[in-house]
Amino acid sequence: MSQSFSAVKNSGAAPAAGRGRLLERKRSGGRYMGMVLLSLVGFAAAEAVSLAVPDAQGVDDTVYRFLLAGLILLYAGIAVFSWFDEKRRARFLSRVSFRFAMGLLLAVWDLLSTKTGILPLPFFPGPSQVTAVFQDDFAFLLSNTFYSLRLFFFGFFSGVVLGVGTGILIGWFAKVNYWVFPALKLTGVIPAVAWMPFALTVFPTSFLAGVFLIAICAWFPVAFMTAQGMASTHKVYFEVAKTLGAKQSYLLFHVALPNAVPQIFTGISTADGLAFTTLVVSEMMGAKGGLGYYINWAKAWSSYYKVYAAIIIMAVLFSLIMKAITLIQKRLLVWQRGIVK
Amino acid sequence: MSSENLIEISSVSRTYVRTDENEVEALKNISLSVRKGEFLSIIGPSGCGKTTLLRLIAGLDRPEAGKITLEGREITAPGPQRGYVFQQGSLFPWLTVEKNIASGLKARGVYQEHKGDVARFIDLIGLNGFEKSYPHQISGGMAQRVAIARALINRPAALLLDEPMGALDAFTRADLQDKLLELWEKNGTTMILVTHDVDEAVYLSDRIVIMTPRPGQISEILDVGLSRPRNRGTEEFMALRGKILQKLHLASSVPQPEYVI
Repeated sequence: MSQSFSAVKNSGAAPAAGRGRLLERKRSGGRYMGMVLLSLVGFAAAEAVSLAVPDAQGVDDTVYRFLLAGLILLYAGIAVFSWFDEKRRARFLSRVSFRFAMGLLLAVWDLLSTKTGILPLPFFPGPSQVTAVFQDDFAFLLSNTFYSLRLFFFGFFSGVVLGVGTGILIGWFAKVNYWVFPALKLTGVIPAVAWMPFALTVFPTSFLAGVFLIAICAWFPVAFMTAQGMASTHKVYFEVAKTLGAKQSYLLFHVALPNAVPQIFTGISTADGLAFTTLVVSEMMGAKGGLGYYINWAKAWSSYYKVYAAIIIMAVLFSLIMKAITLIQKRLLVWQRGIVK
Repeated sequence: MSSENLIEISSVSRTYVRTDENEVEALKNISLSVRKGEFLSIIGPSGCGKTTLLRLIAGLDRPEAGKITLEGREITAPGPQRGYVFQQGSLFPWLTVEKNIASGLKARGVYQEHKGDVARFIDLIGLNGFEKSYPHQISGGMAQRVAIARALINRPAALLLDEPMGALDAFTRADLQDKLLELWEKNGTTMILVTHDVDEAVYLSDRIVIMTPRPGQISEILDVGLSRPRNRGTEEFMALRGKILQKLHLASSVPQPEYVI
């Protein structure tokens, strides 16, 4: 794979002779097509297995088959879209092996479970049984997903806002630093879920208790990194601002705070991971909804295929949230990365 | 004569306690008048207190004895009447060229009234096309031009320059020196330049203050008296340069390992 990858990369720098370049392009084009086919072959194999091999377990395969067909179409679409752009092509090619392996893995999984029953139920359901949940339990799954999303959003957002606020106070006022920082360091190391019994008694609803737990788990790393980022501001920036006539508020909001933004995002990334854990644990232990609650509920009925379905949704959802945070970070830290000219 | 003086430095002393507990007399009993509109250079070996003196004028530091006045008022804190250009790396890295220059106005809260000046100063320092660049994307020479523009946009009475060209290569330095002269002639701002480059001092200045270390004192004030525009190759230029070098050499008769010309 890596061979073809470099071939595409180098094709632009091929010897200038017109015919040579044309030939090179043709060859790399042919190789690209081959690679595209390879990345689809895995999923096609999984589809073929699902269609051709008779089921040993009584399972509805419709959703799974549609999903595979969707994946094949999606990647074919991306392949066509990437055809015209060298960089996109290279990116597509770099992922071919992985996609091929994914397809094969699905086929093998399907064979071992739904098709032959070698993997015992209820603990190891096949891919078609897991994906069927998305249709069968659609409404309940969706409402729980939204519950998790809402809980995460309120908890994480208030935690970050509180964290930045606390960090600013600690980073700017010596008195606050003296009194609050040690307290922050002491309480910050406590895993947020340890407050669960307290939260469940103090807050009127389990939702609010969850918000509280997620907020305090996000609060600590963000506050810590904000304070540290502000403290690391180079003296020369303050002096420059003072000779330009800046007042204290300018020094705080236009010098120390922008200087801390990279560290604030380090704090937010850490908080993000902690918040996912706190979210799921608090839903499993106290909440009346959410994906964590769904998992607990499905487990009680021994519906392990539903547990897996919820886990898949978590993987997708949390990846998307992380992606969104990375995008905001990239946008705000353009000055550091030097993307914009 | 004294009515033409912009800055009066009278009997100023400043001592530092070093980390090894020894006291260093950075400045001892310094008196100096800076004339309105002149280009004054302060030259001397490392440790002669020239940067300390500049920081005192800026108000970034306070003298232990004596006082410094600007147009009769004592300087007690930094402010926009005295623009300051640091050696290097003083641009806000999170702001574009344009916004760095505008920060001079924004820090004082007068951006709305003087918005148009930003484009004028970008034009003046010849950085058109780089408005949206970030500091790490431009060269050291460009960055110093931006730092100068950022200070000048506040229309200071004096511009204090702390070895602003020290970190630049010879060609960029010569280029920036000419730019500085051009800005000085256009704006009429009083310039106080700290440097360890004799050539630079002779090329730019009306007067040159020679300082000596341990304790930091003024040994001599020279009138340059060469007509402008100046040529570095003329005999008078070379003669004056030689004279200052000799004085600096005499001034530090005790061997100084960190002696720099």
